[in-house]
Amino acid sequence: MSPVRERSPVVELRGVTKRYGPVEAVRGIDLAIEPGEVVAMLGPNGAGKTTSVGLMLGLRTPTSGNVCLFGLPPTDRRARSRAGVMLQESGTTGVLTPRELVALFGTYYPAPMPSERALALAGLTDQADARIGTLSGGQRQRLYFALAICGDPDALFLDEPTVAMDVEARRAFAASIHTLAAGGKTVVFTTHYLREAEELARRIVVIDHGVVIADAAPRDLMARVAAKRVAFRTPAPLPAAAFDGLAVTALDTADGHVRFLSNEPESVLRALFQRGIEMRELEVVGADLEEAFLSLTRRGQAA
Amino acid sequence: MSAAGATAPLLPMLLAQTRSELTMRWRVAAFSLTSLLLPIVFFTFFGLPFARQTFPNGVSVGAYLLASFAAYAVGNVMVYGFGIGVAVERGQKVDVLLRATPLPPAVAITAKVLNALIFSFLSITALIIYGVLVGGVQQSVAVWANVVVRLLIGSLPFVGLGFAIGYSVGPNAAPAVANLVYLPLAFASGLFMPVSQLPGFVQKVAPYLPAYHYGQLAWSAVGAPAEPLLTSLAWLAGYTVVFMAIALRAYRREESRKFG
Repeated sequence: MSPVRERSPVVELRGVTKRYGPVEAVRGIDLAIEPGEVVAMLGPNGAGKTTSVGLMLGLRTPTSGNVCLFGLPPTDRRARSRAGVMLQESGTTGVLTPRELVALFGTYYPAPMPSERALALAGLTDQADARIGTLSGGQRQRLYFALAICGDPDALFLDEPTVAMDVEARRAFAASIHTLAAGGKTVVFTTHYLREAEELARRIVVIDHGVVIADAAPRDLMARVAAKRVAFRTPAPLPAAAFDGLAVTALDTADGHVRFLSNEPESVLRALFQRGIEMRELEVVGADLEEAFLSLTRRGQAA
Repeated sequence: MSAAGATAPLLPMLLAQTRSELTMRWRVAAFSLTSLLLPIVFFTFFGLPFARQTFPNGVSVGAYLLASFAAYAVGNVMVYGFGIGVAVERGQKVDVLLRATPLPPAVAITAKVLNALIFSFLSITALIIYGVLVGGVQQSVAVWANVVVRLLIGSLPFVGLGFAIGYSVGPNAAPAVANLVYLPLAFASGLFMPVSQLPGFVQKVAPYLPAYHYGQLAWSAVGAPAEPLLTSLAWLAGYTVVFMAIALRAYRREESRKFG
């Protein structure tokens, strides 16, 4: 048995990789999450978020590298007894009621909270005695949240927790996360919504193609993410040199169509006007998440 | 908030898990009704008409057939309960949900086995009471108790067979596979009618089948001539090893696919 260290990170990944056959889902992640942190793992679909969470919880074995949960191997029962988990890819039998299942899961943990409280925090009090099979997708998602918190764990791991939730459920969920965080819990959740990460987390870890491409407080991260996409046409193809010294990323000037991402489109456009560049069909729109990630990735490569 | 290194006590966890398994099985009518009523229905068709007769050797036909259907009933609970139950839970991804909790797999499996033993007990008790009250089959309580105990202890190969099916096939195929394996097996082993009345080639195959030796445990308990007890126990132990090995292999394959 490994000794239990009182002061260790909640999660520690060191040089972790994970390969499924020919696919390298995680290509080398170093990450430590300290007690009390609220961390969003943000990334597009297929970025390696779910695999990373699976590795943290011992649901997946790393191909190389080392993973610790509360300073222990993540499959250790003492570590699992302090972690509450909500997974995307899990299910439950339909014939029990939420109240029965939450009470059962409570017995898995050393110091569970009363079932009533877990059901209330998950917003499931009204459906507590209905058969699980009759619950809607969103209510089921709340049930999984209740199961994750019912053991009153020190840390919560939530994989895409809001995916099937409607607007109201999302708001209730956000309130619960704030309550738990205020109570000193560590919360790790994955999402592909930048807004959600920004609202709920105090730290955002951006994952793309199996590596961490950014790890920062929301405000710092937002400053780095290219927020606008600019597109226009020019009478003749522009040389890339026309953009020297300007704050643009993902620049594409093929066939007289110019596209780029920028955080400060006004000053970039002013500079382009001053350089005498003629523009037609100018468009400035908010970049979507994929594009925002793209700008982060490009910066990561340039650095 | 839990102290570092603390874990929940295992016994209350096992009791809660078993209770919850029982509730689940009870509420699935397809399982609880087949487990509890099907043996009684079969005994009504195949056993009741002969229940008050006696074999030339003095053994009660009714007692012999009740013992046969009791053996059928326990095998039924094990093969269908584990075969279909495990396959359905894999399909619903209950295993993924439990995997991330501190519930030790051994506790989960023990709860399933306890639940199956309780269902088996209820099933054969109901069958025997029916046979005694409706069929007028008369044996001492000690004889019936012996039948029950022997059948519960000897059921291990069917636990293995159930797990082997449950981990090898998907939820949609499991009922068909369980039927295709268990019904012919029970028939060819003499659980529906005595082996001596089966077609000749089936009589030749029967002594190599697990359900045949399982039947011997029950038949010898009601005083019918049977294979030596140790021979049958050895066959049952052998089949337990084979089925458990198949189940373990399928389980490991699934493990490495889902959690590798």
